Amino acid sequence: MHYLNEHLLPGQTGHFFVLLAFVCSILATIAFFKSYKASSELEKKSWLNFARTIFFIEFASLLAVFAFIYFICSNHLYEYLYAYKHSSKELEPKYLLACIWEGQEGSFLLWSMWHCVLGTIVILTEKKRQALVMTAVNAAQVFLILMLLGIYVFDAKIGSSPFSLTRNELNGPIFNQANYLTFIQDGVGLNVLLRNYWMVIHPPVLFLGFASTIIPAGYAFSSLVSKDWGGWIKPVIPWALFSGLALGTGIMMGGKWAYESLSFGGFWAWDPVENSSLVPWLIMIAAMHCMVIYKSTGRALRASYLFTLLAYFFVLYSTFLTRTGILGDTSVHSFTEAGITMNVLIGLYMFGLTVPLFFLFLKNYKYIPAIQKEENLASREFWMFIGSLLLFLSAVFIISITSLPVYNRILHTNLADPPDREFVYNKVLVLVIILIGLMTGFAQFLRYRDTTKKYFNQKMMWPAIGAVAVSVLLAIVYPITYDSKGPGFLIAIYLALFACIFSVIANATYVFKVLHGKMKTAGSAIAHFGFALMIGGMLITSSNKLTISDNSKTGLFIPFDKDPSGRGTEDPMENLTLLKGIPTEMGKYIVTYYADSASKNEKTRTYYKLHFESKDSLGKNRENFVLQPDSYRMKDNNLTSNPDTRHYFTHDVFTYVSTISNPDHNKKDTTSFTTHEMAIGDTTFYSNGYIVLNKVEKNPDNERFHFSSGDTALVADITAYSNKGTSYKLYPGLKVHNMSIDLLDDTSITQNLYVRFSGIAKGDKFKIGVKENNALADFIAVKTYIFPYINLVWAGLIIMAGGLLVSLLHRSKASKGLSTVAMILVFSALIFLFLFAHG
Amino acid sequence: MYSVDFSTYDTITSAKQKQGEYVHLIAKLDKDKPIQYDALKDPNYLSFYAVDSLGSVTKVIYHNPKPADLERSERVVLKGRMEGDVFQCDDILLKCPSKYKDDKSQLEKTVTQY
Repeated sequence: MHYLNEHLLPGQTGHFFVLLAFVCSILATIAFFKSYKASSELEKKSWLNFARTIFFIEFASLLAVFAFIYFICSNHLYEYLYAYKHSSKELEPKYLLACIWEGQEGSFLLWSMWHCVLGTIVILTEKKRQALVMTAVNAAQVFLILMLLGIYVFDAKIGSSPFSLTRNELNGPIFNQANYLTFIQDGVGLNVLLRNYWMVIHPPVLFLGFASTIIPAGYAFSSLVSKDWGGWIKPVIPWALFSGLALGTGIMMGGKWAYESLSFGGFWAWDPVENSSLVPWLIMIAAMHCMVIYKSTGRALRASYLFTLLAYFFVLYSTFLTRTGILGDTSVHSFTEAGITMNVLIGLYMFGLTVPLFFLFLKNYKYIPAIQKEENLASREFWMFIGSLLLFLSAVFIISITSLPVYNRILHTNLADPPDREFVYNKVLVLVIILIGLMTGFAQFLRYRDTTKKYFNQKMMWPAIGAVAVSVLLAIVYPITYDSKGPGFLIAIYLALFACIFSVIANATYVFKVLHGKMKTAGSAIAHFGFALMIGGMLITSSNKLTISDNSKTGLFIPFDKDPSGRGTEDPMENLTLLKGIPTEMGKYIVTYYADSASKNEKTRTYYKLHFESKDSLGKNRENFVLQPDSYRMKDNNLTSNPDTRHYFTHDVFTYVSTISNPDHNKKDTTSFTTHEMAIGDTTFYSNGYIVLNKVEKNPDNERFHFSSGDTALVADITAYSNKGTSYKLYPGLKVHNMSIDLLDDTSITQNLYVRFSGIAKGDKFKIGVKENNALADFIAVKTYIFPYINLVWAGLIIMAGGLLVSLLHRSKASKGLSTVAMILVFSALIFLFLFAHG
Repeated sequence: MYSVDFSTYDTITSAKQKQGEYVHLIAKLDKDKPIQYDALKDPNYLSFYAVDSLGSVTKVIYHNPKPADLERSERVVLKGRMEGDVFQCDDILLKCPSKYKDDKSQLEKTVTQY
């Protein structure tokens, strides 16, 4: 059959470039290795030139593949499955990149392009080990590009090409018609949860982090093959630092994204997907510390190899966990099985390169020099090594719990996460933090090999005293309130917090007292300062996070609907219903859901305008702001919501919509208020009973309002008696505010009764409006948190990244100009992303 | 304190024998029985019935807003405890077709809708 209106050329060309890149990756692997093996200088050089040329063709091919994917997605060529699955016509252009790396093929492509970028840097900077490092990079490329091939070998399909045709991949009656494309109106498009700029920026950074781990592994490979045991360490340290920087930033961008735009209620949830990217970072940091130890003292060389290779392995293992669908039931991220042949390729990628690497390592283990003499307790390297070990053990602990679904698959067990998953991790890692915090503080003041007691005590005294003072002060002024896990855990949190404060003070002291402010060599102290600040911030913000949308405390939904399960009120009910136009108390705020508006670009996205107001004890307006969380109703009626956050220097007020009223309920409210003039004690009837005006109070403090003497508000105290014998309290109010009057209506939902206090009439009477309405009011339920000192987390991260960058530039002997440019670029990007770019 | 008490994946029948113990149920929403949720009365109360692959049914109570796509879910993972005949649920993980973009049969369904 000849199909109509198909555009097959871009796909065929794109696919050609995939195949070309694959062939080049194989040729480059062989050629780079040949160049190493060649005996004469001339032969070496010619192989190397050939290999480089092939490598750059590979790079160019991948760029071309990317361009063609972009082309089919941006032109909505739905004859291609990739465009059909990931793009849609309503998608704003800025999300086109996001929709490309939403898919498996796109993200593998991204990864392999980063390999090429990093490989190019290796070619430009490394002379001696270039051939072998590039052999490893290209071998990794072979496995990666294999997954994009999409060719049939006999009956087995190898890899999945981004240029597969929809009609070849899917079965359906429409494909029996030549004009099937006219039936496909639009693509499935990008998942709404992913429609924000984090999805544009987070995957490239994270994949840069993933891709960067191949370079240290490549250096380890080069040394194992050439049996040049220690020589790789010096050039590899900047790469390990880079890896730590890119991975760490990528991971925390994910955290910031989760915090900023997803309704997970925080920046870290110990979700398997988060854990599996944290683990390689921890091990890479451990590896980097071991390398530094080796460079200064000749120790820890074997550990440097081991951790470098493991960091690389766990990046691949993380891919395996998140791509094969094995996490299915344990993660909020949804991943599907990519099919058995794809899983085989992912398995191949995981083991194809790492098994030979580990084999080489074990084979040469006994030849790798190690110093047998015990380390001195008063030496820096001893504590650095303990720290590395601790990071490594933490990684092992985290991954061993995260791998539960893998055990289930292998052992045919049916184990599931423990009831409180986060606590399982937190209770162990809080102890790790205590030790790491202390070590990162005092180890700075130790010297390599040996330190005199006098020097150490003298330098250490003031940071220690300062940390004790600050911690005690903090415990008094701003105590940690997280006691639901018992006093033991609370004490552990305090100790961890102390350790972080100590580390912050000690590292700052080190920069100014020991290094005398010389920033060039202060990278490690800056990074440790930032790390401790970040972890301390995490401890504070997570422990003292406050849920203010507590439904049990407001006067609006008084207990007429007791929970039928009899669950006690001691359990916090964390969602609060807000009726449109009815001010409701939430924590220290009076919150009014006063309007909603549809988004300009996306019809099904609605913004809910919530007005927050709070008063100080004198009744002065202290805070007054509007938050606009949104919810998004998809084509299939699914609802997703994005939070909105009010950022303060010291805390964030974070709110998201957890439920919206059913759109069927949104009948127009056509009834209006009937005003009655009532004196105190008067009654007025409504259809189900009568209301009594008990009294009118100025600035009352009751179950609905908490006015103080500085306000100008009048509130009527009304009781509604229904003919079923039940009674309800109503407090409509009016408030003078900025020369105008705010009407604070009240309502009794069960009675469909709305009352309004609309003014004062003659003769000690009051105007009370009554309205009955059977159409349900618009309402939303929201969840609102206060995150205190969350900015410490982001600031800590930026400083840590800065420290890593300072070390990286210092150790790679980058020129002053390059260093300045790199520092300015990275810093401004991070500061913008983490502190200013909201939502 | 420093031990990890893993939970287990259970069927409704086996969960009923482990009264009060924290388990994970893999089940489906029983679409023949009513879902009770009224955010106006109480946004933190949801009850529905779940049926597992062996055909057992249990009432589920969840003290949180109704996940918006509950009705459309193909499969739910329920975390919580069986108390009497009622499953007190702490957390619901939904497996929804819309999230299963890579699922071929789902895409085929979507593409034939036109």
